[in-house]
Amino acid sequence: MSSQIRKVGIGLLIAFAALFLQLNYIQIWAAEDIASNPNNIRALIAEYSVKRGDIETYDGKLVATTRATPGRYKYERVYPEGELYAHIVGYKSLVYGETRLEASFDEELQGKTAVQSMQDLEDTLSGGEEQGDDLRLTIHSKLQETARDLLAGRDGAIVALNPQSGEVRAMWSNPSYDPNPLASHDTKEVRRYRQTLDPNSRTSPLISRATSRSFAPGSTFKVVTTAAALESGRYDAQSTFPDPAALLPCEGPRSPGDPCIPQTDQDLTNFTRTACTGGGQIDLFTALEVSCDTTYAMLGMDVYEELRSVSEALGFNEPIPFDVGTEASTFPDVGDDNIPFRAFAGIGQGDVSATPLQMALVAATIANDGVVPRPRLVRQVIDPSGGIVEPFSPEMLGRAMSDETAARVNEMMQAVVVSGTGTSAQIPGVAVAGKTGTAQTVPGESPHAWFIAFAPAEDPQLAVAVIVESSSAGSEATGGAVAAPLAKQILEMDRAISTAW
Amino acid sequence: MSAQAAVRRNRELSLLVLALIVGGGALALVQLARNADKIAVTTPLIVIVALAYVGAHVVTRRFAKQADPLVLPLVAGLNAIGLAAIYRLSPRGFGATQVTWTALGLACFAGTLILVRDYRVLARYKYILGFAGIALLLLPMTPVGAVVNGARLWVKVGGFQFQPAELSKICLVVFFAAYLAERKELLAIATKRIAGFHVPDFKHFGPLLVMWGVSLAVMFYERDLGSSLLFFSIFLLMLYVATSRVVYTAFGALLFVGGAFVGYQAFAHVQSRVQVWLDVFDPDLIQGPSYQLAQSLFALATGGMFGTGLGQGRPDLIPVAETDFIFAVVGEELGLMGTVAVLLTFLLLVGRGLRAALQARDDFGQLLAAGLTFILGLQTIIILGGVTRLMPLTGITLPFMSYGGSSILSNFVLVALLIRISDQATAAPPPAHTAEILIGGRLGGTPEGSGGRLGGTPEGSGGTP
Repeated sequence: MSSQIRKVGIGLLIAFAALFLQLNYIQIWAAEDIASNPNNIRALIAEYSVKRGDIETYDGKLVATTRATPGRYKYERVYPEGELYAHIVGYKSLVYGETRLEASFDEELQGKTAVQSMQDLEDTLSGGEEQGDDLRLTIHSKLQETARDLLAGRDGAIVALNPQSGEVRAMWSNPSYDPNPLASHDTKEVRRYRQTLDPNSRTSPLISRATSRSFAPGSTFKVVTTAAALESGRYDAQSTFPDPAALLPCEGPRSPGDPCIPQTDQDLTNFTRTACTGGGQIDLFTALEVSCDTTYAMLGMDVYEELRSVSEALGFNEPIPFDVGTEASTFPDVGDDNIPFRAFAGIGQGDVSATPLQMALVAATIANDGVVPRPRLVRQVIDPSGGIVEPFSPEMLGRAMSDETAARVNEMMQAVVVSGTGTSAQIPGVAVAGKTGTAQTVPGESPHAWFIAFAPAEDPQLAVAVIVESSSAGSEATGGAVAAPLAKQILEMDRAISTAW
Repeated sequence: MSAQAAVRRNRELSLLVLALIVGGGALALVQLARNADKIAVTTPLIVIVALAYVGAHVVTRRFAKQADPLVLPLVAGLNAIGLAAIYRLSPRGFGATQVTWTALGLACFAGTLILVRDYRVLARYKYILGFAGIALLLLPMTPVGAVVNGARLWVKVGGFQFQPAELSKICLVVFFAAYLAERKELLAIATKRIAGFHVPDFKHFGPLLVMWGVSLAVMFYERDLGSSLLFFSIFLLMLYVATSRVVYTAFGALLFVGGAFVGYQAFAHVQSRVQVWLDVFDPDLIQGPSYQLAQSLFALATGGMFGTGLGQGRPDLIPVAETDFIFAVVGEELGLMGTVAVLLTFLLLVGRGLRAALQARDDFGQLLAAGLTFILGLQTIIILGGVTRLMPLTGITLPFMSYGGSSILSNFVLVALLIRISDQATAAPPPAHTAEILIGGRLGGTPEGSGGRLGGTPEGSGGTP
């Protein structure tokens, strides 16, 4: 029997050797692979044991903080202002990770930058707790609350920024959502709540309409077309154009010498369905003031190349560099075999689409003498002892037009508010520059009501873009009637709270 | 005590002290990581465990002078690391209880050594033990049975609960060893031909197959896959050792494949185990059936080469880690260094067990020592293979390390028997064919020798030449 016992012994030895190899495989060779599986919550536990930094507004209102919980994950993220800052701050969720500023400033908030890691070592040695840095936003709570109140009950967005520094002072998108349930440590509740937000829909409240959805900008885009026309050198504010009620197809019956639109059998009719002025001729200054479609359709066809380059310099066709993710606004590449779409582009229709943030940047660029400011949401990163780690200074994205062009457009936009389509944005004692937009969506649907503006025109402190979406604007709505008053109230509130005016 | 015995016992003591220093240090480190100010709370635990082992050593010194000096220290090392791991998971709960179980287990160890002065006596009670083994297995199905963690493997009496399968294994191994020792020649000789195969007479094989079949059926019915697999393998290995007929083992392996296939087809819980094994990180399984195994692998992988350090990892994330998954706790906090040390300790223990088997001077002793060692070895392989995903997981305890009274107590009885066999193998004068004569005498009723021999056992085994 001894030889059998020995043979079984060898068998057992082989089995032990197999265990030894398997242990080496799991603990050494494949260890990193296995340990980094998202279901291994050890990393999450470590992450949630750090006291993440707070986020507060420009004026010191706490919008994101942490509270200790007795559970497996030590700190829970709390958003005291609920939905008001959801599209700016985002959320930090056990299930869905981080979004918006919680994602883009995750390292700072979590205390994981190189500088902070040295600090952590000190803290650990001195028995202190690991702690992340705080963020101070550029957002002013009063302005943000005003934006929310103005859009109450209506889908849309308001973006307001300082045109010189790019500091965004309000950015509100309605509808919004409460980030608190998403930051809950009850993962079932997190999933259930997110499901109620219709997460896969383009109109989900999770999506910021201000930065991540683009809409036809309609007549607000005429500001860009005007700038392109002036930049081309072929036009100035006094340049005159024929003023028909509509551009007729070149191939169809029409009076000789009238402007026409080629490659189509459709008319391009003015919004008012009449001539813009009574005199048969219209100058560019008046065309912007009254928002004359036929004029800008002609310009779209004539200065298409300039329009495209000015648009791209303003940020179209690329996501805008920002502290949170943005969707690119689009300006279409239209060949000369599709001229009608160049005409549409001139009036901000067709394949042109813009985020409210982009249109706010258009206003800000005119206000900033033709230079595009880089928009910002975070003003400072502050370490736990109160020292400023990173004071972000204003940055510029580039020049989109000459300062002369910007100055001309500024004047023309003031006329829009003084005596054109944007009179409801007037503020007594303040020169407001603005442009309305009433953007057609799908035939039969009501239009989007837009307004972009800045003030004071001679020394701009705030540039604003407002959109009230078609579903909320009403079928008879216009940018002048629906959106302009909102822009006015934002400007007034900023004037009330800011010493710079 | 002879000089040789004294050397052996002193060696045992010094190795034991070493094992206890390592184990006590581990316990203290766990407490240091938890709350350094209350390091004193571990003192009574360390003292109790140390005293219990020293007591066990005193008993071997008195009652098993010539026994293998390595077995007790190896057990102490495993046991102490296991204690530290359990204490780390639950200092006031399982940790303290396990210390009590360890002390009780060592009392059982001493009791077994004192009561069983000659292991050959056990052969006489083989049928009683065999039926006791089956009765123990059946207990959970009676009104005293209880379901714990989804398996009806438990018996509750008063405030106590235990898993009779643990003790049953030893009883059944004694039965097999005795039965095989008695009939191995008869079993090895094929007298009949069935379908071209030489097979032995059924009257020799019958009782064995019945006992084996019934126990397996019960374990399988109780969904105790681990015990079923363990028992199946032990039986085949013992049969092979006794008869040297590979064909039995091959037949058994065939039977296993067939049984496994039928089990897989018929039972959802078997399918689930296999599925989890093949696809442990499948997102559809990982929050459900594969959660525990995945957590075990995360723990092992997190441990890496050197581990997080005792008390520094998060092995508490593994559900009910203190029983079947205690090894993963060691793996996370002590790393590959710790797991390989544990693995080598088990290997050494198995080696010492097989050595006792080889040294035993009678067939029963050889088979019994081999069978008991197979329990230790196979149980280790089955659970570690499961925990490391080398093979499908079948729940079974890791000897001396997993939390649980029944497991600790029966394993201490098991090593007491091994120590008894190794003691007698070294000490007794060659009692040629004692077991055969004994058993033959009893069964066959031949009067000569057996009674006298049996009466003389205590002196024969314990005395010095």
